[in-house]
This record gives sequence, C-alpha cells and structure tokens, in this order.
Amino acid sequence: MPGPQPIAKQEVAVDGQVKAPPLAQVGYSQLADRAFYYAMLACGLCVLALVAIIVYQLISKSNLSWHAFGLKFFFRSEWDPVNDQYGALPFVYGTIVSSLLALILAVPLALGVAVFITEMAPRWLRGPLAFTTELLAAIPSVIYGLWAIFVLVPLLRLYVQPWLARYFGWTGLFGGFPFGYGMLAAGIILAIMIVPIISSITREVMTAVPQQQREAVLALGATRWEMIRTGVLRNARAGIMGGVILGLGRALGETMAVTMVIGNRAEIARSLFAPGYSMASVIANEFSEATGDLYLSALVEVGLALFIVTIIVNIIAQFLVWTVTRGNPARGHA
Amino acid sequence: MPEPAKMLSGTTLPPISLWRRGKNAVATLAAVGAVILVLLPLGAIFAYLVYKGVGSLNWAFLTQTPKPVGEAGGGMANAIAGSALILMIASLMGVPVGIGAGIYLSEYGQNRFGDLVRFTADVLNGVPSIVIGIVAYAIVVLTQKHFSALAGGVALAIMMIPTITRTTEEMLLLVPQTVREAAYGLGVSRWRTALSITLRTATSGVITGVMLAFARVAGETAPLLFTAFGNQFWNWKLNQPTAALSLQIFNYAISPFDEWHRQAWAGALILIVLIVASVSAVRLAASRGTLKGAN
Repeated sequence: MPGPQPIAKQEVAVDGQVKAPPLAQVGYSQLADRAFYYAMLACGLCVLALVAIIVYQLISKSNLSWHAFGLKFFFRSEWDPVNDQYGALPFVYGTIVSSLLALILAVPLALGVAVFITEMAPRWLRGPLAFTTELLAAIPSVIYGLWAIFVLVPLLRLYVQPWLARYFGWTGLFGGFPFGYGMLAAGIILAIMIVPIISSITREVMTAVPQQQREAVLALGATRWEMIRTGVLRNARAGIMGGVILGLGRALGETMAVTMVIGNRAEIARSLFAPGYSMASVIANEFSEATGDLYLSALVEVGLALFIVTIIVNIIAQFLVWTVTRGNPARGHA
Repeated sequence: MPEPAKMLSGTTLPPISLWRRGKNAVATLAAVGAVILVLLPLGAIFAYLVYKGVGSLNWAFLTQTPKPVGEAGGGMANAIAGSALILMIASLMGVPVGIGAGIYLSEYGQNRFGDLVRFTADVLNGVPSIVIGIVAYAIVVLTQKHFSALAGGVALAIMMIPTITRTTEEMLLLVPQTVREAAYGLGVSRWRTALSITLRTATSGVITGVMLAFARVAGETAPLLFTAFGNQFWNWKLNQPTAALSLQIFNYAISPFDEWHRQAWAGALILIVLIVASVSAVRLAASRGTLKGAN
C-alpha cells in the first residue's frame, strides 16, 4: 500500500530536485506509485460503476410501467401495444419452458461428455475433445439461429414432430400442427448451446476431486462406473449442480437463436409445437420499434426482471461451484 | 499382516458379477454416445456453414454494399467494415479498463474491497447481452438522439471488461511473488514492477484473456440491435447508424429472400472463420507462452 511517508516528503520540499537525487527519486516514485494506485483503483471502480449504472437505468426507465401495472405486470397475459396494455406472462412462460426443456436435454449429455473426457478417454484424446466441445461455446448465437432456421426447423417439421405426435401425442405436449418453429425448436437449440458450459464446469469440479478418492474406491474392487458414481460424481455433486444452474442462467438470457426459431407469438399453449415468445426475444424484436413511453418502459421492465433472475441464478451457481473447488488451490494437482 | 503377497495376487477375490460388469459397459456406452451426440451438431453446423458459405462467397460479397430487394449480387463490405469499427471502439474502451481492474485486483485487491470488485465482475459477466443493449441505448442513444457505432461499441466494451478483468487477475497472480520481491529489492518502484515486471511476465496470458473477450463479443448481435442498429450503406461516422456483420446475418436470415439467405451463410462463414482463428491462435499462444501453468 502506498502509505504517506512524511520524511521523504520533507526532504523533497527542502532540497528541491537538484541537490539530492536519491531522495528526490524516492519522492518522485512515491508520487508515481500513488498515481498508479489510483489509476488502477479507478479501473476497479469502473466495474462497480457499470453494474450500478445498469441497475439505475433499468429501474428508472421501467418506472412508468411499474407504476401503471405493479406486480400484476408479470401475471397478465395481455400484450397489446395498440391499446397500451402490457402483461409479461407469456414471455415469462416461454423463457421458463424453453430453458427447462434445454436443461432436460442438455444435462445428461453434458454429464456424459464430462465423465468421458475426465475418466474414460485415453489421455491423448482428452485435450482435443475438450477443445472441440469448447468450440461449440465460441460459435455466435446468431449462427446457431441461422443453422436452426435452415436445418433444425425443417428436420423437426418433416421427421421429428410427426413422429413425436404419433407416439407421444396422447401426452398433450406434442399436439397441433407441426410448424417446426416453436418452443421445441427453441429448447433444442438452447440445449446445444449450453452443453459446453455445463460440461466444462463439470469437468473442472470432477478434476478437483482428489485422486485418492478414485484409488480408494477402485481398491475396494469397484468397477470403473461404480468408481465414477460413488467416488467422483457424489463428491462433486454440488459443483455439478452449480454448472447446471450456470447453464440455466445462460439459457434464460439467450436472445438471438431463440428469437429466430421460437415463433414469436405472445401466447401460452400446452403443446411444445406451438409458437411462443421469450423475455429476451420480445425485447430484441420490439425495442427499436416501440412507440410510446409506456410500451418502451414495459419492455425495459421485462429486461429488469431478466436481469434480476439471471443475477440470482448466477450467484447461486458460483456459490455451489466454489463449495467444491475451494479446498483445491492447486488445480490439476490431483 | 502375515501374507500380503497372497492377498495381492488376487486369487481370493470373487469375480465381478455379470450384472455389475453390464452396468459398467452400459455407462461407458452412454458416455461415448453423449460425446457423439454433442459432436454431431457441431460437425453439422460447420459442414453446413462451409457447404453453403463457400458457394456464396465471391469478390462482390467482400467489396460491395447490399443491393435492394430483388436484385441479385451485392455484398456485406460495409457490414464487415462496420463490425471492425464497432469492435475497435469496444476494444479501445474495454481493454485498458479491464486490464487496469485486473492489475488492481491482483496487486492491491487482497482485501474486502477487492472481493467486492471480483464479485461484481462475475455478476457483470452473467448479465444477458440484451440487457446490456438496453443500458447502452439508455446512456448513449437517448442522449445522442441517434443509433450509432459509438453506442454499439459501448455495449460491447461493457461485455468485454469483466472477462478481461478476471483473466488478467488470474494471470498476474500466477507470477511468483519472489519475482516482485526481486524487483523491489533492486529498488524498482511499485508501479514499474507492476507494469514492466509482473504484467510483462504474464503478457501471453493477458493477451489470451483479451482475445477470448474479443472473440466473445465479435459475434454478438443482441446488444447491437438497438445501438448500432444496422445500415445498408457505408458509414464511418461514430454518431450514425452502422452496419455490423452479425446484424446483417440476422436480418438476412429472417428475410424471405433466397438471395439474402445465401449471403447470410457467406457472412456467417466469414464471422466464424474470424472467431475460430482468434480462439485457435489463443490456444497456440497459451500452450507456447512464457507461463506454462497458465492453462
């Protein structure tokens, strides 16, 4: 810490800069140290300020809608810009259903990938496999959307949805006309997008499980799967849960790919074939065209809700991951 | 322990039952199946991108602006330039602040306040990009009364900062404390040590973080929708609506025209090549970097 040192300061004040170069240098570098500290501190404060600005702007810009509708905003299903009536229920519903669907599809896959990479794959295959799955995370969401429109949606419409309707139509989840576009398409594309996040966190927490755990279980005569289940997965479960929740956070806030395939209709339907709408996609579609202060304010309120939910979800996830990895300062030591 | 040798020889161990071996085999198969199922869409996306994209790529695509609906030809030159402009603005604002905050956390941040900054950076990292778009709209577009490249750059800069901050901190903390002490011992001041010794040693790691942040925002679309907004023509002014590659892909993908679909694929191919190239370069740099422990 750059604490003030009165002695050096006095010397500078008396001597000026000419007579005693060493002492003068001490004064100069102290000043520079102080300046550097404050400059870096300012950068750190910037991070705090950004979050403060986000919170302030979201709250102040959604004030109008909050006063008009109150908490009922999230329980009304009417979204009618012409008559200035706004309710966010269809968007909340669409976001929750598409994200949960994504989790149901993605979690088993991500766990399988993580288990294979950390416990089963030969050593030479681990690096390339991990890199390849992480490439999935580097693909921009708009490209997922593009691919979904031209490949996934036709595939669903022509093959998957008729099949689901024939064999599982009785559940009521797969009724109605198979458009291809709709909740199911959104859930699948989201699942593809969140697999890398969940599996990379899972890999991290599984690596944090001490090697002795594995050896101990194996020494008792367990098969490899029994070792993974009792020795690794059970020890890492809190962290895996954290990874899953982190994936949920990503799915909730995901915008472009969902907007491109969910169908964009503000309705609540039981069937997964039906078009829906999500919180992020209604903002994406209508924000720049929103005329009228109340309309804009309602959209910002949807954004505020999305912000609060994703923050809570992320904090829970980080806490869970931390409970597993905290005792292992040296990563990869095991 | 009279006869350890006999125990180790294993003759007394009962054989593993068929049921347990069966479960083991099923679990192994399931894991392999999951890997295949995950790699399948990845392969499909890349194959389709190359197949569709290469066919639509030509010189006009790289040099011309979009043609009106119904006319064939035209390209995304202005969108590529617009993306470059927006990313440059974002980097100019985001990189110094991010690195500065990272230095603060690693060199001065081992206290309560540092923890607060760390936590806030993680929170900022999790904010959905569309929400950042709303905020950039509120602070830049509303005050300027214009959609603009600047607004898009601000939105992307906000997204870059937390990633850069956290990776910079992580990389600087990998530099051994003894290196810093050696510098202090030679009478080097604290700020010179931080910049010329610590940061210098961790350069490759810090660059990795910067490139990852860059790759992450390069394909972002949602925060640009109502900040940069898009433009069918050339624009180099910071306070005017500006085209971006990702926006153009989005607009063309949801349009009903075949010609535009073709161009969307070509644009997507260019975007992905840029991103994968930067991510791979980062991997390479990190594996050959001065800090082997960095990855």
